[in-house]
Amino acid sequence: MSKVRVLVGTRKGAFILTSDGKREKWDVTGPHFAGWEMYHLKGSPADPNRIYASQTSGWFGQIIQVSNDGGKTWEAPGGGMPAPGDGGMPPKISNKFVYDTSAETGKPLTTHQWYDGTQHPWEFKRVWHLEPSLTDPDTVYAGVEDAAIFSSTDGGKSWHELAGLRGHGTGPKWQPGAGGMCLHTIILDPSNPKRIFIAISAAGAFRTDDGGKTWKPINRGLHSQYIPDPKAEVGHCVHHVAMNPKRPNVLFMQKHWDIMRSDDAGDSWKEVSGNIPTDFGFVIDIHAHEPDTIYVVPIKSDSEHFVPEGKLRVYRSRSGGNEWEPLTKGLPQKDCYVNVLRDAMAVDSLDKCGIYFGTTGGQVYASADAGDTWAPIVRDLPAVYSVEVQTLS
Amino acid sequence: MTIRVELPQHLRTLAQVGREVQLDVAAPVTLRSVLDTLEAKYPVLRGTIRDHVTLQRRAFLRFFACEEDLSHQSPDAPLPDAVVSGKEPLLVIGAIAGG
Repeated sequence: MSKVRVLVGTRKGAFILTSDGKREKWDVTGPHFAGWEMYHLKGSPADPNRIYASQTSGWFGQIIQVSNDGGKTWEAPGGGMPAPGDGGMPPKISNKFVYDTSAETGKPLTTHQWYDGTQHPWEFKRVWHLEPSLTDPDTVYAGVEDAAIFSSTDGGKSWHELAGLRGHGTGPKWQPGAGGMCLHTIILDPSNPKRIFIAISAAGAFRTDDGGKTWKPINRGLHSQYIPDPKAEVGHCVHHVAMNPKRPNVLFMQKHWDIMRSDDAGDSWKEVSGNIPTDFGFVIDIHAHEPDTIYVVPIKSDSEHFVPEGKLRVYRSRSGGNEWEPLTKGLPQKDCYVNVLRDAMAVDSLDKCGIYFGTTGGQVYASADAGDTWAPIVRDLPAVYSVEVQTLS
Repeated sequence: MTIRVELPQHLRTLAQVGREVQLDVAAPVTLRSVLDTLEAKYPVLRGTIRDHVTLQRRAFLRFFACEEDLSHQSPDAPLPDAVVSGKEPLLVIGAIAGG
């Protein structure tokens, strides 16, 4: 019998929800790490009981937590005492994210644009997103603020920057959005282990084809009216990108405004907002079995971060974009003013495909029929930052 | 010398300790030597009180002892005698936020 495990990161702790394949009754555990901001939790595809979590605080900084039993117990890897076999060597430091510097000068690799237009050094703030390897439970990538990508090959004990992303030349043009300059999306290509996609607010999308040594911007076709050159190579506020692993060359993007599609692994994009009432939003995800079935949650505007008309509506396109239908059954259709943040939607791989999303009002809604009907599977949590789903056999 | 250090709640949870920890610190007893000893004994606290690289105090934390704010003194300045003798604890306090 299949099971589903939903990993929920919130503003004040993490929660884990489990159900059988019917997805009707849910057990909730938590809060794990009560009182801490839990930006993201994600399980390893290679070992589903290995879960990585980003625990962060404005007071105490960044902690990485790892569970090896599906979220029942946790440890900060490398945070303990030296192991007997380590010869007294100090433990590695799992929360140490230090940006690379120039090998020649020892100075910072680059600077980025600050709000006032001046150049500003990179300063680590937190981990927004953790992306475990598709094949190795000990390998995991971290997207951080200020924007950079780090990797760990020892189960999160130590981290090293893939500095080619910041060093490729456009770094001085990147700038923070209202939420900071964060690398929030990491997508691993299951058909090409050397290819990784990432996205940054507000720089845009980037791709490596050599395992992270070199990167290039993939923003051709994006149009952002709020930047001096609307078609610039970088500077676009990409909110989220999604890929169906069965069709890795096709990407869907929720940009600040605009829903975009690429059929060539990001080399070019075209708008597929179509008939959607507002194309501002944060989340975007794809049906597990139907690569042209896309889900978004339209948000009223960038100055009013809540759903339009007090109605929480998921929009679904079954045609790969342009033609969208509202999904409302089971969702509040009056007096609702929540937001759905960029990492707060996920899908399971059961048949029928389950869709899940969390709101800033603390509800996690699920649909066990690909979006036709919805129900809250937990409510009144702290504001939801992230939702990930594991389908367990 | 045995130095007493009080930690804020979240760091107690993280280090799996009670309200107060006791540390054997070699002279001279300073903020730096106490925090070095604390982090060596509880490595999970590295980076949570001081920045990993600069070793600067994190912005929203303060150090108090004997009703004095020691947050802005040199990390190499001697701590008060009452802290060195173990009579008073060194307090690590999270700034109070809110409206």
